[in-house]
Amino acid sequence: MSTAREPEGPVAPSPGHGSPLEPAPFTVRARAQDTRDTVTLALAPTGGTGVRPFQPGQFNMLSVPGRGEVAISISGDPGRAGEWVHTVRSLGLATQALAGSAVGSLVAVRGPYGRGWPVESAGGKDVVIVAGGVGLAPVRPLVLELLRHRDRIGRLEVTYGARTPEDLLYASELAEWRRRTDARFQVTVDAAGRDWYGDVGVVTQRIPDTRFDGRNAIAYLCGPEIMMRLTAEALEARGLPREAIWVSLERTMQCGVGLCGHCQLGPYLLCRDGPVLPYGDLAPLLRIRGL
Amino acid sequence: MSAPVRPITATELGAHEFLSGLSARFLHGLVPEAERRELPVGHTIARAGDPAREFFLIEVGKVALEIAAHDRPHLTVLTLGPGEVFGWSWLVAPHLWRVDARAVKPTRVLVVSGTALRRALDAHPTDGYRFLQRLVPILAQRLDATQLQVFDVYRP
Repeated sequence: MSTAREPEGPVAPSPGHGSPLEPAPFTVRARAQDTRDTVTLALAPTGGTGVRPFQPGQFNMLSVPGRGEVAISISGDPGRAGEWVHTVRSLGLATQALAGSAVGSLVAVRGPYGRGWPVESAGGKDVVIVAGGVGLAPVRPLVLELLRHRDRIGRLEVTYGARTPEDLLYASELAEWRRRTDARFQVTVDAAGRDWYGDVGVVTQRIPDTRFDGRNAIAYLCGPEIMMRLTAEALEARGLPREAIWVSLERTMQCGVGLCGHCQLGPYLLCRDGPVLPYGDLAPLLRIRGL
Repeated sequence: MSAPVRPITATELGAHEFLSGLSARFLHGLVPEAERRELPVGHTIARAGDPAREFFLIEVGKVALEIAAHDRPHLTVLTLGPGEVFGWSWLVAPHLWRVDARAVKPTRVLVVSGTALRRALDAHPTDGYRFLQRLVPILAQRLDATQLQVFDVYRP
């Protein structure tokens, strides 16, 4: 299999579900407080609205009526139909409203949008996933999908870094993943007190210990851009070609369908062409300050 | 309580990945001032400001590098495991530890005298250059990591 982008999922919502810009009403079915400022919401459709299939790495536009709209990656299990799962960090007006949504409250959703992780390209290869901070949310569906079809890939190495132990997402699920014998999950934090018994150090420092065959591997990175750039460089130094590295980028997205141009990065409209793109194409752009 | 000490051979030194491939002559020069130590959990290996007289190569276990201030709790900034090294201030004046080092798992380390190392680096420049070619990238990588930590990249 090549690492070239394959047509794996809808770029825009499928026809037959109304306008791609028309939000549908959903209700908060469950709410979990992941960290001090981050919650995970499970959203169930109200009325006759369905939940479209999605590709790991895609996003939805979410809004609490009257509080603005924001692009949030889908963090749920692609094999579990019937609800959207989103992990939201409370930062601005829209995300504060979403993060504060109680069970039973209304959230408007449109999507899914964008191009996600090229999952099929992982077939037969060692897979390296590196996520930082809330960047674990967009790769969670990818991890779940790869674990569901574990026999289709070689090694599976997942490294997750966060600021402190208190900032780690999905703590109980991480603990479950780390007990698996068919995949390796490394968790590290940038700094910790003496009550933390895990690893400390930035994710790039775990790359020398990551096991993969650079001649037959693929990497998926998600986190702050500087983290992804340094991680990509560390992977390249270990023999992984730049063409085998995929990154998920974040810019302010508004329309979600490539019309408004708010999320432009060089020749790309990230809502339409991304958010997942090949690092080989992006590397020169990521070195341009202020772009 | 002092940690158990065991003498070692040049072969054992060369078995650590950091020293592998260096000449027998170079390694033999280190043996009289090298030993293997078993460190229990919680054992403080060094404190910032202590004289830095030794180089540590981890065989088994985990070591935390910490920074501390009198008015703040200890902050772990890096943990190291098997195959990794720490304690390089014997190379750089004023030869004082820059961080605290503490075993956070039952740990076994190879310990080499900094004086012996400086002497060996001077006496065997080819090996000395290879030694530094291995040490400097580690220091550079830790400097890169520190930049990411200072940037606090995951901060909202």
